[in-house]
Amino acid sequence: MDVTIIRFPGTNCDLDTANAVKKVIGINPNIISCKESNIPKSDLIIIPGGFSYGDYLRSGAIAAREPIMDDLELKGNQGVYIIGICNGFQILTERKLLPGSLLKNSSLKFISKNIKLKVDRNDTFFTSKYKTNEIVKIPIAHHDGNFFVDRKTLNSIEDNNQVALRYMEPINGSLNDIAGLYNKDLNILGLMPHPERAIDMKTGTNDGSKIFESALNFFAT
Amino acid sequence: MKAIVYIRLKSEVLDPQGQAIESALKNLGENDIKNVRQGKLIEMDIQADNKKDAEEKIEKITKSLLANTVIEEYSIEIG
Repeated sequence: MDVTIIRFPGTNCDLDTANAVKKVIGINPNIISCKESNIPKSDLIIIPGGFSYGDYLRSGAIAAREPIMDDLELKGNQGVYIIGICNGFQILTERKLLPGSLLKNSSLKFISKNIKLKVDRNDTFFTSKYKTNEIVKIPIAHHDGNFFVDRKTLNSIEDNNQVALRYMEPINGSLNDIAGLYNKDLNILGLMPHPERAIDMKTGTNDGSKIFESALNFFAT
Repeated sequence: MKAIVYIRLKSEVLDPQGQAIESALKNLGENDIKNVRQGKLIEMDIQADNKKDAEEKIEKITKSLLANTVIEEYSIEIG
């Protein structure tokens, strides 16, 4: 299984994410710069968290328009699995690979803590190792995680079961408590929580491991 | 030519920054002010043959980068 992690100027979760891939999936991921012209052949591409381009203009806006994102979009449309974590989620919405947008938290505070989330479905590439409606503890660390989309699109997201994770209680103003979201084809996932920071009980929870285990499980079976 | 793009959150989008400003104004005793909304202004120089061309160009870059029309609306001023 080949995993690629894309690093933008201001990305800061690339090494934690690489560590999670190494520990849980058991392979060394390829970390590439966003200045590369192409993404190498990958089964899973991860856009990690951070503050790409200093969050200038809007979170993820500048990164979403890097030339390498043309290749990411192409690969996403071909069905390659993609996860965007935190800033990666913001980049995917700015690129319109996922619907909606992530606004400033309604409290205007940067929130960094372990929180409880519900897994909406377990029949996807990313969640097969969870149970449906399983409650998990994974940390969030963001200022712009307040998911917003127009009413019509929100209804279609719910009708198509595109919600991956929901906050157990309102935390940042997100509509329908959405914390994680799939595209329609279920091969692209955006997550505000950081599963790569929840793979070892030393940090208080290892509930994030199953995202990576689910991916491994898909290619192992 | 000078171009200015004004970008504001759509009215249905909650603006906690605007609310925070409004609450600070209340603390200053300004009780006659309501519905504060914060937006942004981007100005630039543009080379174009005429105002209409400039407007079209600015509209294009606003849609493709400067504004996110999922959450924002914009207006353009060429002068």
